Amino acid sequence: MDLASITLKQAADLLRQRTVSAVELTQFFLDRIVTHNPELNAFITVDAEGALTAARQADARLAAGQGGPLTGIPLAVKDLFCTKGVRTTCASRMLANFTPPYESTVTRRLQEAGMVMLGKTNMDEFAMGSSNETSYFGPVRNPWDRSRTPGGSSGGSAAAVAAGLCVAALGTDTGGSIRQPASMTGITGLKPTYGRVSRFGMIAFASSLDQAGPMTRTVEDAALLLQAMAGHDPLDATSIDQPVEDYGSLLAQDKGPQERMRGLRIGIPQEYYTDGMAAAVRKSLEEAIRVFQDLGAVCQPVALPCTDYAIPTYYIIAPAEASSNLARYDGIRFGYRCEQPADLADMFARSRSEGFGAEVKRRIMLGTYVLSSGYYDAFYRKAQKVRRLIADDFQAAFTQVDLLLTPTAPETAFRIGEKNADPVKMYLSDIFTINVNLAGLPALSVPCGWDAQNLPIGLQLIGRPLQEGTLLSAGHAFQQVTAWHTRRAYE
Amino acid sequence: MSQKGLSTQSGAEGSARARYETVIGLEVHAQMLTRSKIFCGCSTRFGAEANTQICPICAAFPGVLPVLNREAVQMAIKTGLAIDGQVRLLSEFARKNYFYPDLPAGYQISQYELPIVEQGALWIDSPERGEGVRIGITRIHMEVDAGKSLHEGIYGASWVDLNRTGTPLMEIVSEPDLRSSGEAGEYLKKLRAIVRYLGVCDGNMEEGSFRCDANVSVRLHGDSVFGTRCELKNLNSIRNVMRAIDYEVERQIELLEEGGKVVQETRLWNADLNSSRPMRGKEDAHDYRYFPEPDLPPLRLTAERVAALREAMPELPDAKAARFGQQYQLSRYDAGVLTSSRELADYFEAVAAHAASLGHGNAKMAANWVTGELAARLNRDGVEIGQSPLQPWQLGKLVALIQQGTLSGKLAKEVFEIMCQEGGDPQQIAEQRGMRQVSDEGAIDVAIARVLASYPDDVAQYRAGKGKVMGFLVGQVMKATQGKANPALVNQRLLAKLAE
Ligand SMILES: [Zn+2]
Repeated sequence: MDLASITLKQAADLLRQRTVSAVELTQFFLDRIVTHNPELNAFITVDAEGALTAARQADARLAAGQGGPLTGIPLAVKDLFCTKGVRTTCASRMLANFTPPYESTVTRRLQEAGMVMLGKTNMDEFAMGSSNETSYFGPVRNPWDRSRTPGGSSGGSAAAVAAGLCVAALGTDTGGSIRQPASMTGITGLKPTYGRVSRFGMIAFASSLDQAGPMTRTVEDAALLLQAMAGHDPLDATSIDQPVEDYGSLLAQDKGPQERMRGLRIGIPQEYYTDGMAAAVRKSLEEAIRVFQDLGAVCQPVALPCTDYAIPTYYIIAPAEASSNLARYDGIRFGYRCEQPADLADMFARSRSEGFGAEVKRRIMLGTYVLSSGYYDAFYRKAQKVRRLIADDFQAAFTQVDLLLTPTAPETAFRIGEKNADPVKMYLSDIFTINVNLAGLPALSVPCGWDAQNLPIGLQLIGRPLQEGTLLSAGHAFQQVTAWHTRRAYE
Repeated sequence: MSQKGLSTQSGAEGSARARYETVIGLEVHAQMLTRSKIFCGCSTRFGAEANTQICPICAAFPGVLPVLNREAVQMAIKTGLAIDGQVRLLSEFARKNYFYPDLPAGYQISQYELPIVEQGALWIDSPERGEGVRIGITRIHMEVDAGKSLHEGIYGASWVDLNRTGTPLMEIVSEPDLRSSGEAGEYLKKLRAIVRYLGVCDGNMEEGSFRCDANVSVRLHGDSVFGTRCELKNLNSIRNVMRAIDYEVERQIELLEEGGKVVQETRLWNADLNSSRPMRGKEDAHDYRYFPEPDLPPLRLTAERVAALREAMPELPDAKAARFGQQYQLSRYDAGVLTSSRELADYFEAVAAHAASLGHGNAKMAANWVTGELAARLNRDGVEIGQSPLQPWQLGKLVALIQQGTLSGKLAKEVFEIMCQEGGDPQQIAEQRGMRQVSDEGAIDVAIARVLASYPDDVAQYRAGKGKVMGFLVGQVMKATQGKANPALVNQRLLAKLAE
């Protein structure tokens, strides 16, 4: 078996059967990282020593007949999850030398489940970007075409999964940062309901939108990972205190795809069919609709009238929160401090000017502006009202249908540098994903086709709050009858 | 400002002053006595070595999140109920954004548009306007304290101590209903008594756990709009609040009388110089960019939870004073003094109860001993009632001994002194030292006979109509009995003998 393209589920079986040890599996991926990372730049930090130690512990557990489906599985972690004792940079010069003295809840839970953290993946600086080009550590390259971006902001995690540098990865999604790169690299990515997964120890970009999720080769793998990630956390006041569905069993049930999909009502938001949608994307989506219909789902048009306001609303709320969240990087207690500050004001100003990149500074300024007295009502308060209306749109749609089906991104992976000159053009890359964050809903991206340039296309399924199970079940059914998710970017 | 302007109270300037009305609003920051900080589990212990009571949340490390301390919410609700406020079932935290080294997150978590308590009031006895003046309280909101910047011991730099960061505060904002420094003082005393009664704040202004800023303006009597106000800061005692207000009122009136204008500004009080100066920098020009705190969901309370806290409220100063007036027949003043702290009130009640249990229920006398002899002693030693050298039963028994005539007032004071220094039961002390008051008519008559025999001239003068001599003769009888004779009985028997 080709270990590079192994799914989490397959790897778990091999580990349990002792066909392969966790150390062997870990060493295999560490070797692949050494070979391929210089070109892809998917990892900022590789923790070979820590990974092998964890792998040995996993082997001991497995040998003792203990451990679960995640024990011994090599994982790549987006570099904004704080990892105790392992450098966590957020792809920023500001935190290039920051080593947290605490562990994020998500990574702690996965480590407790026996996962092996290979290293920390590249991303847009502070998760601000849609192409992974804003990283202080340089852009990530798309394994399908190295002149192109893997999308962002979780571009390093997406590229690592797509290039077979890990079995699965962690991403975070504020406006599409899991789903859009998943779509552009041909993998599966899930953004859970806001509050389903703890944000503790995840370096904040926009607190009311950020959510961690799995990036994997299959929907089944995403379900296994989410199972361990999800659940209430007393350290996060916004985490939801409700029991977690058993996603693993849900997908393990001996159910055919027809059984899963029969009678399920799928809404197709009409507002998403804009000129911005590439022809190949439209074609793949229409094919996907037919697949779901063939499985017995009922597809019908639905209206989300506020869709056009999603991008402007997002680019008020997210920068507003970011401008405040990023105020703590002042050069005093941790992170970058400028040389020879003349006085306090100079230290604040220069540490931040030198420590942050251009996109981060742009958003801090934007956020500061929309919160300023005299502008607050016109921008921030109004955006909050529109956000409410966007959520109401979804709620209304979900009275008619069980799921929404859309493309994940309007086009396939674009070239590095292509959209750098025009931030608004870049922001439009998240046009189909951003309103899901504004409404706090769960959404899943799975590959559904390739365009003429051999670049992957993704579809997005959007569910009701806390209905990750329905999403996963539908996504799994799609993967049971299609083979897009088995395509590999490497030989 | 000229010396003349401040000191002259007569003539034209005096009458000018009388034409102005003072308007004061107070903002009090009360540190809540929670065991842990408001958004993390760190201890709120005061006085620990710098930066030892902190965690990544206190220090606003990347990715950490605040979790609200229920105890702090509880305390804010209780305070709201104590001032007859409206407790909001839905309140909200907000971020107040500004850069400062001792504010690690770059924002303070506070409450802004939806505070936990609104529309309260408390009643004060105004030195000028009389009893029971209502002072409105606009709001109480919860917020987090900042750290401290220290500027000592290092040249050209500052230290930051984050121990205090995260300590829960209540900001209690009054309406501009106060009309004099005296009223401001009464308001603060009442508010401090309330938070102490509730056990939500230690009320210590010197240590900064109960801090006050004053907004002061003046206007001509009858004006419908307020004058321009100045905010006074660095007021670390009630006395300083009052002095700073008086100074500010004089300053503003003088400015206006000279044809000038009051500039809205923040002024820093200097107690040593007895004056204030404008704070440097454009403190009022801050744009704090408040917005709802996305890391904390809106705070929702149930009516049941508020009702349960209302049920469990202790008796508060006003109610207690009213009860003392009725139950113990105390004057409004005495009741006010005795209820100024819960500990003092409890002490007094224990004294009165012990005296009553011995069959002597004159609480007025118990009150006199607590507010008189005992208060003087505590004051002299600079201690609170909690460190009283006497247990309530000792003082209660002493009061009972006076009331039953066993001890004279003079003897009681001696016993009091002995108890303070050596402890013990007042009755045993009196008996062991033979300090029992003599109420035996026979013994007193013997002493009187001796005195009358020794001072025949004075007896003659008395009988000739010089009533004054009586005092001298009583004194001589008391002296002859080493002060132990019951003075009332001496008086009575002496009058009878002289009338013979
Ligand atoms: Zn702490």
